[in-house]
Amino acid sequence: MTSTERPSLTTVAVGDELPGARYAVDRTTLVRYAGAGGDFNPIHWNERFAREVGLPDVIAHGMLTMATAARLVSDWVQDPGDVIEYGVRFTNPVVVPDPEGTAIDVAGKVGAVDTQAGTACIDLTVTCGGRKVLGKARATVRLR
Amino acid sequence: MDVNPDIENKAFPPAPVYEVGREKIREFAEAIGSTDRVHFDPRAARKLGHPDVIAPVTFSVVVAQRAEFAVVQDPESGIDFSRVVHGEERFVHHRPICAGDRLVATPHVDRVRRAGGHWMVTTRVDISTEEQEPVSTVYSTIVVRGE
Repeated sequence: MTSTERPSLTTVAVGDELPGARYAVDRTTLVRYAGAGGDFNPIHWNERFAREVGLPDVIAHGMLTMATAARLVSDWVQDPGDVIEYGVRFTNPVVVPDPEGTAIDVAGKVGAVDTQAGTACIDLTVTCGGRKVLGKARATVRLR
Repeated sequence: MDVNPDIENKAFPPAPVYEVGREKIREFAEAIGSTDRVHFDPRAARKLGHPDVIAPVTFSVVVAQRAEFAVVQDPESGIDFSRVVHGEERFVHHRPICAGDRLVATPHVDRVRRAGGHWMVTTRVDISTEEQEPVSTVYSTIVVRGE
């Protein structure tokens, strides 16, 4: 959330960049999301189990990464209720070492503006340690 | 075990009603690190024209996954849950999910296809109110890894 003016159809143009952000993720984040999201798959909290199934370490829930990236758009548009469509592909896992954790970097760019529909599409680039973790990440927002 | 391609277009009965509470929205918002008051404070939500606190953009997954479970558990589907990874997710929101909503989630198998040695199953969950007002449509593609 910012105190800046809300983006509107008259102020937003294709190519505009959203202010990028870095979101920290550690094991506590994963445990909280497991509880709140109802996904208790042990690959998201149990290092032994994660390694046994061939992962390098515990990984974040894809849905946590997706939710984290959406914050950039929600905060920019200033009403999460104006995010009317949002889709991603899960391309690479976010590995979360203990105790240091990791960070998810999110950048956004206006990919399209539809003045008739009153919407804009935001293309998101979501990386962890320089590696893309989400593909085809795109949100459609309603502008006023 | 192979996924049964005949489950494509199969419709499932709706999951039990999901009643959305303010504290659940708060818990979910905190878990994703959001500090937006629209998830915590009914007055802040009303200022933006919402009847009560609204859920974060991806909250629909919590409602949808209960319904999707019926697809994975269907003995006819041939889906081995231990080999499932999440491939894609997409939400189309008809309106925000709001505290006090009583939601009905109805799953449907949209597509089953083979990709390399894997199977990809796309489900659609239609979320509406008990009065059939459309709220959210959740598309989820799972990848069932080959042996």
